[in-house]
Amino acid sequence: MQTASSDPTLTFATGMTRDYRPPAATQDELVDARGELRPVWRGFMRHLLALSEDERTKRLARADQYLMDSGVFYRQYGTGQSVERPWPLSHIPVLIAEGEWQGLSAALIQRADLLEGLMADLYGENRLVAEGKLPAGLIAANPEWLRPMVGVRPRDGHYLHFLAFEIGRGPDGNWWVLADRAQAPSGAGYALENRVATSRAFSEVYAGMNVPRLAGFFRDFRDQLQALRHDPQARVAILTPGTMNETYYEHAYIARYLGFTLVEGEDLTVAGDRLLVRTVSGLRPVDVLWRRMDSGFADPVELNQMSRIGTPGMVSALRAQGLTMVNALGSGVLETRALMAFLPKLAQDLLGADLMMPNIATWWCGGAGERQAVLADPGRMVISDAFATGLPYDGPLQGLAASGLSHADLAAKLATEGPQLVAQEAVTLSTTPALVEGRLQPRPLSLRVFLARTAQGWQVMPGGFGRIGASPEPNAIAMQNGGNAADVWIVADKPQPVVSMVAPPTAAYRRATPGSLPSRAADNLFWLGRYVERAEGIMRLLRARNIRLAEAGEAATPLLAAMDPLFDALDTKPETGVPAGLLSALGLAISSAGHVRDRFSPDAWQALIDLNKTAARMATKVSPGDDAARALSALLRKLTGFSGLVHENMYRFLGWRFLTIGRHHERAMGMAANLAVLADAKAPEGALDLMIEVGDSVMTHRRRFSLQTSRVTVIDLLALDEMNPRSMRYQLDGMAEQLRLLPEADEYGMPSDLTRAMLRLHTDLATTRPEDLTTQAIWALRGRIAGLSDLLTGAYLR
Amino acid sequence: MLYQIRLVIDYVFARPTGAGRQQFRILPASLPGCQTVASETVTFSPQPLERQVFDDFYGTRVVQAVMPPGLTKLTVTMKASVIRRAAPPEFDMSARLPDLPDQIALIRDLGPEAPHHFLPPSPRLLPSAAIAAFARSATATATTARAATEALGRALHAEMTFDATATEVDTPPEAAFVGRHGVCQDFAQIMIAGLRSLGIPAAYVAGYLRTLPPPGKPRLEGADAMHAWVRAWTGAESGWVEYDPTNACWVAEDHIVVGYGRDYGDVAPVIGMLRLDGNQKGSHKVDIRPETEG
Repeated sequence: MQTASSDPTLTFATGMTRDYRPPAATQDELVDARGELRPVWRGFMRHLLALSEDERTKRLARADQYLMDSGVFYRQYGTGQSVERPWPLSHIPVLIAEGEWQGLSAALIQRADLLEGLMADLYGENRLVAEGKLPAGLIAANPEWLRPMVGVRPRDGHYLHFLAFEIGRGPDGNWWVLADRAQAPSGAGYALENRVATSRAFSEVYAGMNVPRLAGFFRDFRDQLQALRHDPQARVAILTPGTMNETYYEHAYIARYLGFTLVEGEDLTVAGDRLLVRTVSGLRPVDVLWRRMDSGFADPVELNQMSRIGTPGMVSALRAQGLTMVNALGSGVLETRALMAFLPKLAQDLLGADLMMPNIATWWCGGAGERQAVLADPGRMVISDAFATGLPYDGPLQGLAASGLSHADLAAKLATEGPQLVAQEAVTLSTTPALVEGRLQPRPLSLRVFLARTAQGWQVMPGGFGRIGASPEPNAIAMQNGGNAADVWIVADKPQPVVSMVAPPTAAYRRATPGSLPSRAADNLFWLGRYVERAEGIMRLLRARNIRLAEAGEAATPLLAAMDPLFDALDTKPETGVPAGLLSALGLAISSAGHVRDRFSPDAWQALIDLNKTAARMATKVSPGDDAARALSALLRKLTGFSGLVHENMYRFLGWRFLTIGRHHERAMGMAANLAVLADAKAPEGALDLMIEVGDSVMTHRRRFSLQTSRVTVIDLLALDEMNPRSMRYQLDGMAEQLRLLPEADEYGMPSDLTRAMLRLHTDLATTRPEDLTTQAIWALRGRIAGLSDLLTGAYLR
Repeated sequence: MLYQIRLVIDYVFARPTGAGRQQFRILPASLPGCQTVASETVTFSPQPLERQVFDDFYGTRVVQAVMPPGLTKLTVTMKASVIRRAAPPEFDMSARLPDLPDQIALIRDLGPEAPHHFLPPSPRLLPSAAIAAFARSATATATTARAATEALGRALHAEMTFDATATEVDTPPEAAFVGRHGVCQDFAQIMIAGLRSLGIPAAYVAGYLRTLPPPGKPRLEGADAMHAWVRAWTGAESGWVEYDPTNACWVAEDHIVVGYGRDYGDVAPVIGMLRLDGNQKGSHKVDIRPETEG
């Protein structure tokens, strides 16, 4: 066996590692103080350095492609509007030896127990304050200490079920806790995506390195959440603040991965101390709620009265132990930066032991002794808001140098604002390799580690979320702006069991009935169907118009003018090639789809995004006429791609029904308007041919009626023919079929107004002769179709 | 003094409302030694779907009601008979202002009476430089916490004009202060902000004020609605005292306490859908009758 130094691929003098020089006085994950490769990295580096540059590029692209195909994004808030950003993956994983990881895990489990004990005291008897172990002022002034939750006991006895710790390795080689995440920790879903992407890039070496899988952690937590239900009929739901939240993608992803219902505050209601979700089948109980929303927003009656995303009565339901909340409301107080000053001593009090992993040295400036300590050595301190809950590198840093304060200024500031301030030792992080322009470069690293309470107690996710600084300085500032995410591999000595989300069979197989659909999700799916169809309708009209323009030019003017009312009704100005009205319909489709990303496949989402991007690009350069006609044909093909993905892959249950009803509805509306305008007796020459073209029925018409186009043949084919998937009749057939299969909302009685209106309309159209379907009759039918949408909304969608 | 108190809250909605959850903080408090509730009832018309009474963090009793959907009118009636005994503090045993921080720090308690809740900024009472400057100059000669409380209350009463039309329920205290006009809620919140800026813990008190003036005394302003005043923590020995800046007096038998909070938001009479909806007309009518005890 070769030793590290004699292995030519591990020589650090050449190639991509030539410039790898960690900063002085810090630890580096890859190499030790003498510049020797650490043992845990040998297998991985041997593999990485053996790859040709081409091969390496190809593999990294594989990871990026995966993230792009999955639509992984996060929302970034800056000046002006927020934007969705593609996920910034640092391809090189962070490697940690199993032995080290075990020590680290034990320490974090201890810390999780400490936080649980502290939480129970802060929302229970407040013994720690009474005994002088915590200053009352620090808690009373804390906006995250929620008084309405004091005395509210969690139903299952535990306040905390899911935690994360941000840790970093100090210059002495030991790990330090930088921040406690207890409010609604994010990142575990992104860690999963990082794992999939990274393991695609380095599949062979990943398979051979005994890296434990992440699925077991999620499976056990999922099972535990299920087990926390008291009512086996009730569901587990994930509460998200909504699509504008920066980590919404992750909420949708985890909901889909674990099979839980994703809900927003307005989907929920409280009745008789139970939490219920509004579904298209009526109100259904939620027994366990995994909260991804900050506590204060959860209940506008008892918590933040300004909240528009909460559920009135949530606190009442918790007070009556009507559900289990993960984590208990008020857990954000544990993130308070100044609390870190007290945790080492509290560990002795609450656990009877010293902390196994220290947190960064912290002084709450509310005490005279602490202020003296800070003033004695302010150079190595960072002063910030005592009640801040962010990571040490979030928010304004007030290092003495950065703030420009003199020693006397600082003394004065501490004297007047002491209780609002906290001083922390400036963070020095270890560095880890990142690929920068094809070369490995040391970059600062902090690590987020996740803990979940499972049936066996706290379990640590074997891996984590690595945050890689954007610049080489091993301090907090490098982490502030930008930076990348990296996967974390725990490298074990022995092969690891392969685990997946699908548990081994323990009982006879029973097919599970799919759950009901939240009304808001149904509403978004219905409108997604409508907007996609509206976009298609606009495209077909536009294409027909541009073909006429290209073929006939000025001579086509009367015909084009005849189309104007249709474009007006669609809020579209057809004179430009790809007009804003079309982009707007696509934008609305994406916005609706964004609310239900947990409900349809990443492929379909990607197809929709791609369609939108292409349309936006074309809008800037396509000119009217032939150019636009061809562009619109390309867009129509892309749209058909989306429809195909939905049609072929979506489970035929409630969600699909509402999407389908939406499409049928919009298509019926569009076709009715087109017929009323273009098949009108007074429509100009050529309008009927145009109508057949817009109705995508040229071939069928030719086959059925030879070459003769008359009003009657057009009406028959596009309004009444039940075999033509473009006809009004076909849409009403489809709607009637789906409506029949919707849950009987019994509170509305049967047959409901909706069912009655649908049947009547369907019968009327089915029994009409083409010659009786005058323009006026078509408009009347269209009005009745529009009415169905209101009835549907009233019965199911709110 | 025994009082019969009657509060009628009427709402009329422009259009039928959806089901909604409300909390009412309108019941008189039971305060050992100074306020006893002999009887009380709260009635709703129409009947709520659900109804509970519980104590909030500060000990204020909360009536919670879930109203049925389709509401166009709502009437809530509270009746209570309350025995109130209170007298203004006699001797100034309060802490010297410079001693106050150390006395506060020694209180190892987070119960509802602890001063710690009432010194930091609260959701509706953020620090205001203008109010702080006013408080400093109004209390320049006061050496004790109680003297400062009285001096600030009097100064505010002299400076501000009671005006039921100048402010809304959500007007920030600083805006009311700049305009020098407001109602009891504004007087109280401005005074609280001022006291906190001086390092004196101060709470918002919601309650009722008797309507009929005793013979020979002037009628008190703010009497036709619920009232609000200030509670200040003046040191370990003298504890809490209550002052009414709207009427420039120490609180005594005419004031009947409903509850305490950090600011209006903690003890608002109505919280929930009724306030959020906006498209409604509401009125509060208060009637307080003193009776001979016996």
